[in-house]
Amino acid sequence: MPAPLLELSDLQKYFPVKTGSLLRRKVGWVKAVDGVDLAIFPGETLGLIGESGCGKTTTSKLILLQEAPTAGTIRFDGEDVSRLQGPDLMRYRREVQVVFQDPYSSLSPRMRIGDIIAEPLEIHTDLSREALAERVAEVLELVGLQPDLARLFPHEFSGGQRQRIAIARALATNTRLIVLDEAVSALDMSIRAQIMNQLEELQQTLGVSYLFIGHDLATVAHISDRIAVMYLGQIVELADSLELCARPLHPYTQALFTAALPAHPDERHERLAITGEVPSALNPPSGCRFHPRCPHAMPRCAVEAPVRKEAAPQHTVACHLY
Amino acid sequence: MAELLRVSGLQTHYTSFGGSRVIKAVDGVSFTLREGETIGLVGESGCGKTTTCLSVVGLLPSAARIVGGNIEFDGEELTTKRPREMRHIRGRRIAMILQDPMASLNPLFSIYLQVAEPAFYHQRVRGRSLRQRVRDLLQAVRIPSPEVRMREYPHQMSGGMRQRVVGAIAMAGGPKLIIADEPTTNLDVTIQAQYLEVLKDIQRESGVALIFVTHNLGIVAKMCDRMAVMYAGKIVEQGTVRDLFRSARHPYTQALLGSMPKLGSKEPLFAIPGQPPNLARLPSGCAFHPRCRHAMPRCVEEEPADRLVGVEWKARCWLTDQKPAKEAYAGATA
Repeated sequence: MPAPLLELSDLQKYFPVKTGSLLRRKVGWVKAVDGVDLAIFPGETLGLIGESGCGKTTTSKLILLQEAPTAGTIRFDGEDVSRLQGPDLMRYRREVQVVFQDPYSSLSPRMRIGDIIAEPLEIHTDLSREALAERVAEVLELVGLQPDLARLFPHEFSGGQRQRIAIARALATNTRLIVLDEAVSALDMSIRAQIMNQLEELQQTLGVSYLFIGHDLATVAHISDRIAVMYLGQIVELADSLELCARPLHPYTQALFTAALPAHPDERHERLAITGEVPSALNPPSGCRFHPRCPHAMPRCAVEAPVRKEAAPQHTVACHLY
Repeated sequence: MAELLRVSGLQTHYTSFGGSRVIKAVDGVSFTLREGETIGLVGESGCGKTTTCLSVVGLLPSAARIVGGNIEFDGEELTTKRPREMRHIRGRRIAMILQDPMASLNPLFSIYLQVAEPAFYHQRVRGRSLRQRVRDLLQAVRIPSPEVRMREYPHQMSGGMRQRVVGAIAMAGGPKLIIADEPTTNLDVTIQAQYLEVLKDIQRESGVALIFVTHNLGIVAKMCDRMAVMYAGKIVEQGTVRDLFRSARHPYTQALLGSMPKLGSKEPLFAIPGQPPNLARLPSGCAFHPRCRHAMPRCVEEEPADRLVGVEWKARCWLTDQKPAKEAYAGATA
């Protein structure tokens, strides 16, 4: 197996909760990310799935160095990212890029498309003006847009085209990892398929890795090679995408599959076994965090937190059932 | 079962610049809905789904006007009703559930007052029986400990809970028809599944008919009996959900189904080229022809009419001409 491109080990991010206006007393911690281990390999798509508030976005922010981890390390190419400085840090920022959910707010309405795409290049390279324009035209063509559109402003594009522009910007700097944070969730169905196909095509030609964050199981499963399922700050299950679809092991993953909408009216619907909502990360349940909602909960689950271990080849799950 | 709603040839246009510019948001939409039935109105953003629904409930924005067609609900014509008369129908006989529950609930009133309001005004329920009614409604949408929850305010509830309260309000007047406009878009998947099950249970118990507006074909597959696919202000295909999922006749329906990722399959998705058209500058002939795989010269010149291709199955496409109607009919019943 090749060396991982990005490796998170025991990553934690706790946010303090304070009350009062004058004496800001700390009353607790929101454990947004609590002991996440993940590896992303070159040329791979890792899907990260979970409901709102489970820590998907905090994980992506930690990877993008927008937040500093409370504990744990992020390694990129084997190097500890928190120790990077100067040119090495710039290299990391250049090689790890992001595409956000809403292309209406992620592109500045006052900048021309060409300038938006050229901005990271201006920061990270010392290309001449002509070379910049050439590179902009090149990446626009990569994402299936006409190079002469570089003169236009974002408002002149539709949602799908804007998302292509955001992807072009992320690709401009010879990127090796793109964090796609719900990058196709806001798009219409037909456009979503276009963008997903485009992303797959780009990965094949450029060998870029993706961290694909989403909440729609079918979408994430379709694009990902492997999928990590997150619940209340922890990875509860990690497996190959097709393996996970065929044999979801963790009760939470199983619930996600039951809740997933059918692709055909003839598909059998099972009734959802879990009830209630995701508890607050401020006071996560003891033991296994899923136990208050779990249909298979045992006395042991409330006391002892399960460790993620291999239940089948390349398939790890954190549950006392296995 | 008896017919509840018949929309025929509905045209709702938006006008601007003193009428010099006309956007045909809904352009000749016809469908029917029987009592207790669920129809899914599917399409991409800007195809006229929401405008169709707002026309039915009479809540169109001031720039929009119904310029043609009829809406017959429970034997009454709605297009000629005055606002005052519509107010007696809305909330009592037709209710609506909108996408964002935080926007449809008033943050300043308790859950009790908001759920009680339709029963208070429309059915003149008062006092203890009103309280009992609210408790029953909250119980029907499976809100735990309704006695406590009805004293709370919207901000104290989670998104899924709020949307259930909206469902309870919709049921409060005892409607025959609920129009749900993308009711689960903002909800998480497990919460969405719970909510859809609540809606199904309510429907089973009360026999209310549902119009489900959505862009998610999975919801249609799960919830609906029939579906109508809209494109550029027109219904391009409608029929039972089974027929359409099995063998859609219109290329747009086929393409939408092909663009849907399926669990456990890595087959490449079918991406429809191009984008949904701008309603102000519609292509000639069939509005879908620039994106259609099967476009023929005829599609550019002439617009296809609605044609029967099976039992309760209509499509607007020239391709349906190529198969004799009889064969299509046999395919539909097989």
